[in-house]
Amino acid sequence: MSEKKREPLFHISKRGETPWYFAWIVRIVAIILALLVCSVISVVMTEKNPFEIYNYMYKGAFGRADKTLVTFRDVAMLLCISLAVTPAFKMKFWNIGGEGQALMGCLASAACMILLKDTLPSWLLIVVMLISSIVAGAIWGGIPALFKAKWNTNETLFTLMMNYVATQLVAFFCIMWESPKGSGKIPVINQRTRIGWLPELFGEKYVFGILVVLVICILMYFYLNYSKHGYEISVVGESQRTAQYVGIKVEKVIIRTMLLSGAVCGIAGFLLVSGNDHTLTTTLVDGRGFTAVMVSWLAKFNPFFMILTSLLLVFLTRGASEISKKMQLNEAFPEILTGIILFFIIGCEFFIAYKINFRKRTVKEETLNA
Amino acid sequence: MHNAYFDALGAVTAFLTFLVTFIPRAVVQGIPLLFGSTGEILTEKSGNLNLGIPGIMYVGGICGVIGSFFYEQSLVDPAAMNGLLAVLIPIACCLLGSLLMGLIYCFLTVTLRANQNVTGLAMTTFGVGVGNFFGGSLIKLTDSEVPSIALSRTSEFFHRPIFGKAVTENWFGQIFLSYGFMVYLAIIVALVTAFVLKRTRTGLHLRAVGENPNTADAASINVTRYKYVATCIGSMIAGLGGLYYVMDYASGVWSNNAFGDRGWLAIALVIFTIWRSNVGVLSSVLFGGLYILHLYLPIGRYPAVKELYKMLPYVVTIIVLCITSLRKKREDQPPQSLGLPYFREER
Amino acid sequence: MNQTTAAVSVRNVTKRFGSVLANDKVCLDVYRGEILALLGENGSGKTTLMNMLSGIYYPDEGEIFIDGKPVTITSPKESFRLGIGMIHQHFKLVDVFTAAENIVLGLKEKLDMKAAISKIEKICADYGFEVDPRQKVYDMSVSQKQTIEIIKVLYRGADILILDEPTAVLTPQETDKLFAILSNMRDAGKAIIIITHKMHEVQAISDRVAVLRKGQYIGDVRTATATAQELTDMMVGHSVSLNIERSEPVNPRPRIEVKNLTVRNEEGAIKLDNVSFTANSGEILGIAGIAGSGQKELLEAIAGLQPVEPGSSIAYIEDDGTPDELVGKDPLAIQDMGVSLSFVPEDRLGMGLVGNMDLSDNMMLRTFRKGGVFFTDRKRPRKIAENVVKELEVSTPSLSTPVRRLSGGNVQKVLVGREITSAPKVLLTAYAVRGLDINSSYTIYNLINDQKKRGVAVVYVGEDLDVLIELCDWILVLCGGKVSGIVSGRGADKQEIGLMMTRIGGLTPEQAADILKNETAATEAGGAENE
Repeated sequence: MSEKKREPLFHISKRGETPWYFAWIVRIVAIILALLVCSVISVVMTEKNPFEIYNYMYKGAFGRADKTLVTFRDVAMLLCISLAVTPAFKMKFWNIGGEGQALMGCLASAACMILLKDTLPSWLLIVVMLISSIVAGAIWGGIPALFKAKWNTNETLFTLMMNYVATQLVAFFCIMWESPKGSGKIPVINQRTRIGWLPELFGEKYVFGILVVLVICILMYFYLNYSKHGYEISVVGESQRTAQYVGIKVEKVIIRTMLLSGAVCGIAGFLLVSGNDHTLTTTLVDGRGFTAVMVSWLAKFNPFFMILTSLLLVFLTRGASEISKKMQLNEAFPEILTGIILFFIIGCEFFIAYKINFRKRTVKEETLNA
Repeated sequence: MHNAYFDALGAVTAFLTFLVTFIPRAVVQGIPLLFGSTGEILTEKSGNLNLGIPGIMYVGGICGVIGSFFYEQSLVDPAAMNGLLAVLIPIACCLLGSLLMGLIYCFLTVTLRANQNVTGLAMTTFGVGVGNFFGGSLIKLTDSEVPSIALSRTSEFFHRPIFGKAVTENWFGQIFLSYGFMVYLAIIVALVTAFVLKRTRTGLHLRAVGENPNTADAASINVTRYKYVATCIGSMIAGLGGLYYVMDYASGVWSNNAFGDRGWLAIALVIFTIWRSNVGVLSSVLFGGLYILHLYLPIGRYPAVKELYKMLPYVVTIIVLCITSLRKKREDQPPQSLGLPYFREER
Repeated sequence: MNQTTAAVSVRNVTKRFGSVLANDKVCLDVYRGEILALLGENGSGKTTLMNMLSGIYYPDEGEIFIDGKPVTITSPKESFRLGIGMIHQHFKLVDVFTAAENIVLGLKEKLDMKAAISKIEKICADYGFEVDPRQKVYDMSVSQKQTIEIIKVLYRGADILILDEPTAVLTPQETDKLFAILSNMRDAGKAIIIITHKMHEVQAISDRVAVLRKGQYIGDVRTATATAQELTDMMVGHSVSLNIERSEPVNPRPRIEVKNLTVRNEEGAIKLDNVSFTANSGEILGIAGIAGSGQKELLEAIAGLQPVEPGSSIAYIEDDGTPDELVGKDPLAIQDMGVSLSFVPEDRLGMGLVGNMDLSDNMMLRTFRKGGVFFTDRKRPRKIAENVVKELEVSTPSLSTPVRRLSGGNVQKVLVGREITSAPKVLLTAYAVRGLDINSSYTIYNLINDQKKRGVAVVYVGEDLDVLIELCDWILVLCGGKVSGIVSGRGADKQEIGLMMTRIGGLTPEQAADILKNETAATEAGGAENE
């Protein structure tokens, strides 16, 4: 043996065709592993047995009717923003500015509620709020898209910065419209008259908003999968050269899609103000713009899977906050658990796409060893 | 005539006095950003867009706090505190914590080739959670009235001006010499990073990895190793920013979420300096100044204008981002393979 | 020559890729102080052979000797160590680095740019390179980039150089400069192998020519004693009958009239120079030429994907004889004009199809705008996909399989199937059978013939001369972006076309001048070339 070649221990290659259920088995295994790790951590922290912990989590999310409703409200809000960023992601446009786009929607809605409360009837005000929120969100999403389309400006960094511009803009108006003076806060708007508030459905708050998001979810599914626009988005995302070959105008598609993405974020902002909180703060969107990136990506950009992924994340957050409340742990506990679960799900995609071939000992070597 | 002259002189003197107090404040605001952006520049030069930096800075901060908390607790006689240990223990803990974060990020994005944006955002969720969770737990341990931990004795060693109090009497001393050692450390790290990137073989190879991993691979550069090392060292540098914030800037007081959005501002600073950490030394002071400018600018009848002033660092960053993409100067663009995973067999 | 040992000696080397025999018991010798031209058509195994010397592939059988000693070359690094440097067609350079930074990339010693630059300047002075080591690569022309690649190899001390079609991207002036440098390097005692299929370059630069055909080593001759005719014979071999059916043209009428078409690429180099021709309906117009002679630009210009220089004209002639100008229109505008034009591009999965989409979604690429206002019609593409699968015998697990999972032949059937479904008036195809097995190839020929019978004007860009001669009614030969000549497919002579591919006009300078006068108003630069 004159040549001694060092062979690596294993070799990584792309997987060929796998059965449809393979990916799901990997994902489910990953989630189970993640839950195991989470429960180990919880057990260490609380010294309770893991089943008790899961029980707490379940109770935290679905323990009482009102808790369940809040859980679904939160799922709806997260889902709405996730749906909004999805068309952009399918186009491989990394819009991590959902936070800012939704916040601009909030701002527009709150502005209408405050400034137009005495001039319009409630139903008309709601329509005006909706439209202005859509416009505000679309503008906020359209600006980075314009720069991306014309000058290829990095969209990830641009949309990220736009979030903070939006936050400060909202902070500015929070003080402009503060009440009482010097508090720096806007109280619940139109608390007495409820002008501009979304009506209750079936005698419950939030239900209207949840239904709106469900409708958006269905529409988005059809838009992405069955409309001409959705088809163009997929082609542009896969290959810009193919898009040009069949005569799709890439710049136009980028701008149009980001306008849509921002507009749906705007709707989310509208729902937050008109349906849920009836006020304006800088933290109204509460990081959902970022969580939405993960929800959308984990669901492989399928709107219906997004219901599941956003439910998973909201369930974790609410469940873990119940644990931390009951066990006198810190309110940041949910974020740690969420982080761990995300790491597992993110990591498991590798095992779906790639195959690890461990080095097989060659016959020659075996005979030499023998 | 004479009066006008004295008025003008008076205005100039007042402005200079203002600068002497303003600049040191801008500097201490800017230093966490400088650490963060230096770390992120090193990371991005390897082609990794680590959006987990805000989380990593939280982890760096809390790990330092944990280390010094237990060191302080272990001492029977607080006066017998060893200055060297009081500094080294938190620094070591901070570096270890942020190194672990860097390793998680690398394992997911480099080895498992996960999407960098998603991984980074998850890291931030996780890191901020870790920071606040352990912060909150420590606060509970201390049974204090206020929701914060004060490590004032440790902080004393961080905060103490290294050139002695005496030199800070005059304006020069105040502007340049009045800081704790970590300020100078940040500047040194930034300059060393710039030097390594520009002048050494390691830096050349690292930049090649970030620009075009295929070419680097063909030139027999170990792409994976460079990505791992750069990202982990970058995380550790960024973690120091969190530590500086708690121990020096905040005088050893940890309260949850106090660090705020500085991590994102550090990423903005990366773009603002167009990926040059030596430029970051002055730019971070500028950013720090912009960050607190609202305290000094006239607000007229509307106090709310303050909030608009706070927008400045981000707006300036966006403008820089747009201008660099409009000018299309190749040196000013983000590393070409930024955000893309590398798999040799995929072409 | 006998007493000196060959710098590189290849003995009975065989390399297989699956069932394809890329190299079959090839033997080759290169000596120091000589330039060997490795001549052969596309797919004759030249690059495979050289990749085995540079450590990219490992031979299945056979031996390689360096300076008479047997060696095993397992990696590019090993190849470097043996003093072999290969300059690939695709440059591996970092754009934002300077020339010098690129040259020292990957070395181990301490970074000293000053020393590196002076070493580079010395190399430049020794061999006559004109390069500023401080210049950024993104500011460089293609030929400068190539120079950097050559210096990179010399900087590392290589004395056996392999150049893979180095002139494919160069202008004639740049080529002359390169050849001067290669001569200098030969005089300095380096062994040089240059892969090419351009005859005049072989004659201009090489000392010896080795010819490969279909993976086999045909032989070698001293350049000084060989004529172009002999070399062409060695390269293309004798005509083989393929038995491709060729029907008589159906009512041929002018369909596409190209006049004075000139195209520059992004770097500003001329890719098509004043090209004029007419493609008739009911006929197949073949385009022959060595790779990169402007075929891609020609088809893309007609399809509306390639900006053209002012003064160019591409007219679509309608049935009643009215011409419609296509220049300045994008594919959508051409479609809106009612011109039914189909295009099978060379890059199947990067341009013609979307690899991650399934069959029916790929069918939709052409038709998704039709029907409905907002939603796409899903049924029609599915039906088209079913038809294509059935009629062209595409073997696929299902209609919802992503096309990138299909084999090359099936991918091409899907693409061609889609393009002819729209009942085009014009069909453009680029290398329609590249990488396909015999059966799939015949399926494609038959499809193209069917289109011809339907009265479609077919433009067929091909590389196999035997196929072009048997399939096409007319063959237009491109050489360096110029029309070298147009011949009838019936009774065409393979050797003649082979010569036309390598030299404007083919046979003799006089004939070349004639053709040039007739076909274009181009300069007689090509025709003046002598043997």
